[in-house]
Amino acid sequence: MTGVRAGTGVRRARLPVVLVVPAVVGLAFLLLPLVGLLVRAPWGTLPQRLFSAEVGDALLLSLVCASLATVVCVVLGVPLAWVLARSDLPGRGVLRALVTVPLVLPPVVGGVALLLVLGRRGLVGQYLDAWFGISLPFTTAGVVLAEAFVAMPFLVISVEGALRAADPRFEEAAATLGASRWLAFRRVTLPSVLPGLVAGTVLCWSRALGEFGATITFAGNYPGETTTMPLAVYLALESDPDAAIVLSVVLLLVSVGVLAGLRDRWIRGAA
Amino acid sequence: MKKVLAVLALVVAGCGTPEAANRGGASGDITVFAAASLTESFTKLGKDFEAAHPGAKVTFNFAGSSALAQQLNQGAPAELFASAAPANMRQVTDTGTVKAEPTTFAKNTLQIVVPKGNPGGVTGLADFAKADLKIALCAEQVPCGAAAKKVFEAAGVTARPDTLEQDVKATLAKVALGEVDAALVYRTDVKAAGDKVEGKDFPEAAEAVNAYVIAPLANARNKVGAQAFLDHVVSEAGRAVLVEAGFTAP
Repeated sequence: MTGVRAGTGVRRARLPVVLVVPAVVGLAFLLLPLVGLLVRAPWGTLPQRLFSAEVGDALLLSLVCASLATVVCVVLGVPLAWVLARSDLPGRGVLRALVTVPLVLPPVVGGVALLLVLGRRGLVGQYLDAWFGISLPFTTAGVVLAEAFVAMPFLVISVEGALRAADPRFEEAAATLGASRWLAFRRVTLPSVLPGLVAGTVLCWSRALGEFGATITFAGNYPGETTTMPLAVYLALESDPDAAIVLSVVLLLVSVGVLAGLRDRWIRGAA
Repeated sequence: MKKVLAVLALVVAGCGTPEAANRGGASGDITVFAAASLTESFTKLGKDFEAAHPGAKVTFNFAGSSALAQQLNQGAPAELFASAAPANMRQVTDTGTVKAEPTTFAKNTLQIVVPKGNPGGVTGLADFAKADLKIALCAEQVPCGAAAKKVFEAAGVTARPDTLEQDVKATLAKVALGEVDAALVYRTDVKAAGDKVEGKDFPEAAEAVNAYVIAPLANARNKVGAQAFLDHVVSEAGRAVLVEAGFTAP
């Protein structure tokens, strides 16, 4: 229909049916489950469920952990992205592929891997435990690590893409004018990739907020310490589906709110 | 070809126990929805059954009993439902998906499970209250967690878990990896985990006995096959397999 009409009218608006139909189906496929969630939500009892202590604890913990994980990702991920984009390290392609592995790895596998390295009997964890008495599994710090592990590639990829798009000659110019490498990075490179950095940070934060598999596998589940919203949703589903729906709606609204709020300002600029 | 198969069938039947030979002509596909904790034992029962009933093919769908009950109520085609708890069976009898009276065929109790060598020095339920030990329990929302709650109440122990896991296998995994010093899981799970872990009995386990029930579905397509496999599960030979896996007789 659209194709026919467009064909007789404005050329620019020509949208072939072959593309429009699957696009609409795709949109429906992505949005309908969210609509279903909103339709089934027990709106009548929503406020009292929302302000129960467990929901508050889980939401607060989720927000704090996702934010801390994002800080970890920015502090470690930006330099990593810089190395991948600007250095002439041998095997950089392999390194870049490895960095993206957590993106495609099932998060549960990530959790198992973290346990095997940082657990009480893990490669590194056994020394942390023996020397410093630090045990990361089943702690809030463990949640932050699990989320950072899964979310960091989102940041690295965004920032690396921005760095590659930015012209390195400005940095070189700064260097010839006497700026140190570090000064040039801070005053020239970083501002030029800021939209990419913000976009990556938002993506990273959203991914950390929704993290489930690695968190429950590595950090376990204990209310107030490691029970984040996605874990609370999963367990609520076993006994009280309505509570699970309420928690899901909250998580959905928080995610959409943050993504929508930042999208216009930053992400479009990066594209 | 059919003759060859028939002869082969006789040979196979002859190798098994004579009374297990193909009675009642059970054949065709038999789909069994069974609780995840029955994975090892029912797989074995299915193989034995197929050996004794040439032409029968038993297919399993193993998952949490609650998830299975929901699938069946949504119309998933099956001949039998074996649930880890009567409560999950009631979810399908309430809707008429199952009309027959369920048969209790096995029981399961909790056991204390510790990593091999028992590094935490756990001896009994009272150790679960120690703050310096790492403890994993199932979340109360899942059956093994509900059972754990019962035994702690019976023992008057306030457990101090470090994590509440989403199912019994996840709880066991934390012990097998040595990340926790102790957990409470089903005796059958301890047995299935082999020598990576050690199981310890405790008297209060009797307070939370888990009954496994099985029943044919009202709209089963292979009713004869369903009854034959049910009979096999509750037979002497079937019970032996279940006891071997760590279940107790009903």
